[in-house]
Formats: sequence, C-alpha cells, structure tokens
Amino acid sequence: MNENGHNILSVDGLRTQFATEDGVVKAVDGVSFELRKGETLGIVGESGSGKSVTSLSIMRLIQEPPGKIAGGKITFDGTDLLSLPMNDVRKLRGKRIAMIFQDPMTSLNPFLKISTQLTEVTRLHLGHNAQQARDHAIKMLKLVGISDAEERMDGYPHELSGGMRQRVMIAMALSCDPELLIADEPTTALDVTIQAQILELIKELKDRMGTSVILITHDLGVVAGMTDRVIVMYAGKVFEIAPTAELFKRPANPYTRGLLRSVPDPEHERGVPLYQIPGQPPDVANLPPGCSFAPRCERAEDICRSEFPPFVEIDPGHHSLCHFAQEVFKEA
Amino acid sequence: MIPMALLVVSLTWGLIRIAPGNFYSTERKLPAAVEATIRAKYGLDDPWYKQYATMMSNVVRGDFGDSLKYQGQTVNEIIWRHLPYSATIGILAYLFALIVGLGAGTYAALKQNSILDFGPMSLAMFGLSIPNFVLAPVLVMIFAFWLYALPPARWGGFSSLILPVITLGAIYAAYIARLTRAGMLEVLRSDFIRTARAKGLNDRTVLLRHAFRGGILPVISFTGPALAALLAGTVVVEKVYALPGLGDIFIKAVLNRDEPLVLGIVAFLSILIMAFNLIVDISYGFLDPRIRYE
Repeated sequence: MNENGHNILSVDGLRTQFATEDGVVKAVDGVSFELRKGETLGIVGESGSGKSVTSLSIMRLIQEPPGKIAGGKITFDGTDLLSLPMNDVRKLRGKRIAMIFQDPMTSLNPFLKISTQLTEVTRLHLGHNAQQARDHAIKMLKLVGISDAEERMDGYPHELSGGMRQRVMIAMALSCDPELLIADEPTTALDVTIQAQILELIKELKDRMGTSVILITHDLGVVAGMTDRVIVMYAGKVFEIAPTAELFKRPANPYTRGLLRSVPDPEHERGVPLYQIPGQPPDVANLPPGCSFAPRCERAEDICRSEFPPFVEIDPGHHSLCHFAQEVFKEA
Repeated sequence: MIPMALLVVSLTWGLIRIAPGNFYSTERKLPAAVEATIRAKYGLDDPWYKQYATMMSNVVRGDFGDSLKYQGQTVNEIIWRHLPYSATIGILAYLFALIVGLGAGTYAALKQNSILDFGPMSLAMFGLSIPNFVLAPVLVMIFAFWLYALPPARWGGFSSLILPVITLGAIYAAYIARLTRAGMLEVLRSDFIRTARAKGLNDRTVLLRHAFRGGILPVISFTGPALAALLAGTVVVEKVYALPGLGDIFIKAVLNRDEPLVLGIVAFLSILIMAFNLIVDISYGFLDPRIRYE
C-alpha cells in the first residue's frame, strides 16, 4: 500500500474485546488498514462483524468496562491514539475526527435545542463566542441544505424529520472542518430517497472540504457509489481489502462473492429464489477453529475447518483472507 | 382538580360518619337534655343529605367552621398556626432528600458497579427499609444522649431541626438516590450521550448538560407527591420529637373525632398534593420539550 506519509490514519492489528457472561467476545480481532488523505474507505459486513466497534475504537468511545482495546495501534496523523491521554483524545474528537451515527432519531439530544447542540462544538474547539458560534452554526445548517436555518436553530430535534436530523448531525460533525469523518451507517435508518440525498451531501462536502471519510455500511450499493476502497469484515476480521471497482468485478474471497450475489438484481427472474449466504453470522464468542466463515462457505475444504487462512495479496492493494484466494479471484 | 378535592372531602366526611361513635360519645354519658341541645346546634338530627349539603356549602366557601375540641377557634386558624412547623421541617427534609438523593444517585451512576456505587446504594436500601419511628430514636440516642451534640426533642433553633429533618428526609433521599441512579444509567446508555462524547465534550459537560435533564425525569414525577407527603407525613416525626406541627394536630383531631378539623386538614392536604402534582406536570414540559403542550 501507500507509504506512511500519505496516510491520515493507520490501524494496525486492532483487537477490541468485550467481557460478557458467555466469555470474552473478540468483536474486532486483528484489524489493519490505512486511510489515505482525501480518500473514502468503505467498511462493509453483516451485523456483528465488528465494523462499528472498529470505528468506535478509533474514536476511543468503547465503553470500558465491559469493552477493552486489547491490542494494536491506531495512528492518526502521526499521533498514537491508543496511548493518548483522555484529555488529548477529547481535543481531537469533534475537531479533527468527527463521527456521524446510524440513527439520527436517537443520536441528537431530545432535551436540547438544535442551536445548543451545534454551537457547543465550535465554542469548545474553535473558541467561538456565543454570536460567532451561532453564525457558524447557521452557516453549517445552510451548507447541509437546511433552508430555514435560523428558525430551525431554536427548534428541537423532535420537530425535524429523520433526513433533516441526519443533516443536522452532518452539520455538527463537519462544523470544525475535521480531517477525518467516520460515518457509521449514516443512511441505514432513512428511506431510500433521503438516503441518496444524504450520501450525495456527504460526497459533495467531502470533496469541497477535502475530508477523509470512513463509511461504514452493510449496503453494497452505497459502497459502490461512494468509496475508493472497500474493506469487507466478517466475525471481527478483515476478509478482503480492495479498490472498490476491483472488489465488485473480481472478489477474491468467497464471502465477498456471496455478499455480491445476494444483492437483488432488477432483472432477476420471477419465481427463482433470491440468493442468500446459507447459515447465520457466527457467534464471535465461540468461533470455530480455522476459517470463521468455513461453516457457511460453499467452497470450504478440510483445510478451511482446521487451519486459519493466510491474508494473501492477490493484486497490488488487493488482499484476501482465504486459503483459496487465488482460485476465487481467477474464477471471477 | 377542584372536583377531586371535593370528592376527597366527601369521602372523608362519609368515613367519619360511618365510623361508630362521635365527638360526644364520651365515657361519661351526657345528660339527655344537653346532648339534645348540642345535636340541634350542629344539626346532627337532620337527614344525612341535609348535613352533607350544609357541610359542602361551607367547605366550598373555604369555611370549615369551628373546631369542636378547641372551642372558639376556627379550623382555618388552627391549620395556619400549626402549618409553619410542619412546613419548615417538610421543606428542609425535601431539600435534604433532593441534595443527598440526586448527588448520591448521580455519583453512583457514574461509578456503576464499583464500590462507590454499591456503597451509597446499599446505604439507600438501608434507608428505605428502616421505618422512621425506628430511625428517630436511634438518631436521638446517638446524637443527643451519647454525643450530646443535638437536642433530643422540642422546637427551638436550628439545631433542634437537624434530627427531625434527617429522620423525615432519609427515606426520600434513599428513594431519590435510587431513582436518580436508574434514570441516569438509562440516559448515559443512550445514543445522544455517545454523540456528545464524540464531540469531545468532557465528562462533566456530558453529565450536566446532556444527561442530567433526561436522567432526573423519573425523580421529578416522584418529588411532587413527595413534597406533599413530607409536609403532611410528619406525623410520626412530630410525635417523636414533640413538635407542634400539623401532623400532630391531625392525629389528635382524628382521635377526638373533631370532625371539622379533620375535614379541614384533609381538604388542605389534598389540595396541596394536587397542586404539587400540577406543578410537576408543568415542569415536565420545561424539562422535556417533546411533551410541551401547544
């Protein structure tokens, strides 16, 4: 991959665990990737694959206990985030690294005015006084396409629709002009037309402000339209990393291939059942030996059930965690 | 609210009537002539609906008449004379309960599942399980008879208020602490708190600005009735500490079958309770914009 100088963020062997009654759940288990400046990186996976935990780990927002970052290294613009004192982490959060969450209905504080929630960020990080912060907040609301910004400022979140709330979230996240924006399923809770608008907005603002973006989603359609590179996660591990176009054309991992096949195709013949990956996502507290996808994998052989697969480089920048990565890649 | 108060008064009146005996059924039998005069004066020979109508029309005008026991004093005078004692203790106990309860509850929520959580919460459980007629003598024994630090009873100066206030407020402090902890834990788990943290706000701001309002909502709905109960429910405490408050006079009135006085106090307290509930409902709207009325 790229040399370090161009990376805004590098995650190296991140391991995040949760202590539960059933034992230690390795929600993220040895995840590594880099994010280049100005790049949009997609992280896809099913629920429980560890994609959200990865992003929360970068923000140091894992609740301790029960959670714990058990190992690895996260470097943001030369700073080691995991060894940083909490006070300094807070100075980065919201200012240089910002985050948008999945559910705009619950992610805004229902008890506080929009203005309070927007202005507190810039007052904290940019030292704005009340008036500056208010002006800036109105500017940000207009930027995200809220036309009656002045009136909305004194309203409460429950007066806004889901799409509007997510716009407010985006305005809030971008108000300090962060270098890195983590969007954790920003459109999952919205209906499809609003989804497209919000994604378009993120894309446009990202280009204008030069922000690097990590886009977490389970929607492959979103990934295709938005990202430069994609990480596919499964059971807390990176199963495949590839440039977006290549991943869609030539996946080198049976899991990715399964995901791509399960996207419904408009030309799909009626009466023929849609494809789905057989079985359920694994219980990350009790992973099988060998490859964690093996029980569901149509291509699995004996070696998959006994030996942990290698992380193979297929092409420059295209890696896959599979015993048969080369074969799968060639089949495509 | 007003129909409710009238209903309470009616029920109380009915209950006093149903209970056997009355103010005049003393140990020593009154001469028949005397009793007849009294019955005539208070209209006790009238049919019940007529008595009820007379009573109601007086009550509606805020006139509860004279006390039977304390001759020549109106019920209103007696209530206003004794209210300040109960109110002082009640309000101080309320403040004590709020400060201790909110503080301990919030603190415990922040230190969830640590010794700093279990400590205050066990104490709260302890406080909830001890009836105040047990707590009062224990406190008196320790602070008055062993340490000689505080007076054991009677009205007189601030130091004489400390033990009654603690005795009265302890249960409420414990209850508020538990409600606060539960409410705060619920709110601290919510998504918008994560958003607030993601903005880089420090723990104090997250707690005070973002979590507190939502976290104390369950406490608010409890505090209205609690304040009324504190003003009204000082009976035991006033008895133990020999304080001349409303609770004390209420018990005496019931024992004496002093019907106008009982009615007056009941009406007064029920209006008080309803008023506090109303205040709570209104303050809900200020705390939670989602339930603000148009």
